[in-house]
Amino acid sequence: MFDFLSSGRYDLLGAFWVTVQLTLYSAVGSLIWGTLLAGMRVSPVPLMRGFGTAYVNLVRNTPLTIIMVGSLLGLYQTLGFKLGADLSADIGFRLAVLAMVAYTGTFVCEALRSGINTVPVGQAEAARAMGLSFVQVLTLIVLPQAFRSVVAPLANVLIALTKNTTVASAIGVAEASFLMKNMVENETDALFAVFALIALGFIVLTLPTGLLLGWVSKRVAVKR
Amino acid sequence: MTSVLYDAPGPSAKRRNIIYTVVFVVVFALAAWWLLTAMAEKNQLDGEKWSPFVADSKVWTTFLLPGLVETLKAAALSLVIALPLGAVLGIGRLSDHTWISAPVGVVVEFFRAIPVLIMMVFASQLFIQFTSMDSEVRPLWSVVTGLVLYNASVIAEIVRSGIQSLPTGQTDAAKAIGMRKGQMMVFVLVPQAVTAMLPALVSQLVVIVKDTALGGALLGFNELLSQVRTITANYGSNTIAALTVVAILFIVVNFALTSFASWLERRLRRAKKSGGAKVDLNAIEAGGGGVST
Repeated sequence: MFDFLSSGRYDLLGAFWVTVQLTLYSAVGSLIWGTLLAGMRVSPVPLMRGFGTAYVNLVRNTPLTIIMVGSLLGLYQTLGFKLGADLSADIGFRLAVLAMVAYTGTFVCEALRSGINTVPVGQAEAARAMGLSFVQVLTLIVLPQAFRSVVAPLANVLIALTKNTTVASAIGVAEASFLMKNMVENETDALFAVFALIALGFIVLTLPTGLLLGWVSKRVAVKR
Repeated sequence: MTSVLYDAPGPSAKRRNIIYTVVFVVVFALAAWWLLTAMAEKNQLDGEKWSPFVADSKVWTTFLLPGLVETLKAAALSLVIALPLGAVLGIGRLSDHTWISAPVGVVVEFFRAIPVLIMMVFASQLFIQFTSMDSEVRPLWSVVTGLVLYNASVIAEIVRSGIQSLPTGQTDAAKAIGMRKGQMMVFVLVPQAVTAMLPALVSQLVVIVKDTALGGALLGFNELLSQVRTITANYGSNTIAALTVVAILFIVVNFALTSFASWLERRLRRAKKSGGAKVDLNAIEAGGGGVST
């Protein structure tokens, strides 16, 4: 039933390695971008607040597929942005990461914003009473506590991100679902085996993430 | 507007805010200028690439509106099938009989943990190999099958956590007046849980609408996003204009749904003074490995 694996035609581990790489790069990028967005959304500058709110509401309501396809058709094929890569496989990968960061950043931002709300008012008030500026209040007092309370929601964003990497196959990135599409078309007698194998791969990726970060979130949560 | 994070601005803070605003405007303008010049270089700003969307009603009647209808049709079909299925799975998972709750739990966790695209690809190939389904409707049903499998399990979790969010006094009271388990579910628990679940259900509809676009990009489903290719083929490679218009259409539909969800939530919370019960959709969306908060 699983003979097609030994034929050497399919690089299953390689495909899942691309999935893992997509996930990691996008996770780091969206954490940074999401934190910046959250900072803008709570900042004292009305224009930044407006931009943050507009960006989050627009991007969150756009399908990731459109952002992904748009980055390939719009940014690369029409405008010729290559993001510093030369091989077409690299360009696709970087465009996919860019699209995932743009999309997932909004979810990180919303998770962080709800985390900021869990920090007791007294913390920020005490910080302001000491004469700290907004940036100091946010980066020294509020965000460190907010991050500790949003480990669990961020873990959920990360798991959703792992599953969303499959959308990158829409622009030809050779990750797990791209391989699956090839496999089901060629190995018609092993359809169920292929499905089970790919599904198992994703469960292996997401389940430990959830368990590990669930444990971390309990450890680092601020006891109130 | 003041916030707990900063004081009401005094003279120097006002000055600082103005500096921040100016810096932000400059950065934003530079980015916009860079993008616009790149677009102008490739003739993407030409009038004739954008004018069809306002001047030519055929773009709308032949491409965009039929695409939008297909998108909404797939979303509506998925919801209509997934809703009862999800309710059954959700209640099944709460069953006292382990031989019901355990397998249902496995099914729900499995379909929640794997990407919806995998299920769509699987369904598509399944229909090709084992049914004589017409290739005209196959993409639609592949998308619907994938969405139903995934969203039924998400809805099952919404239903389950909606019911579990009710105070235990409700179950106790129903038992005390001698209701059977089925009666308790139908007359006491589900009607109350629906109010806690509704906002999460409407928000899930946004996820469904967004996921239909996967079918357009990968399974040849002629929904809204796939119209970009036909429009650019007919109106002189106006890729960016077409993508923008399609994205705006998606945003309008989803923004309406999101606004409806938050209006519903506010209204339900006002109507029900006790209203602490709320279903956290994000934890459910994450699937199998998700961390409950």
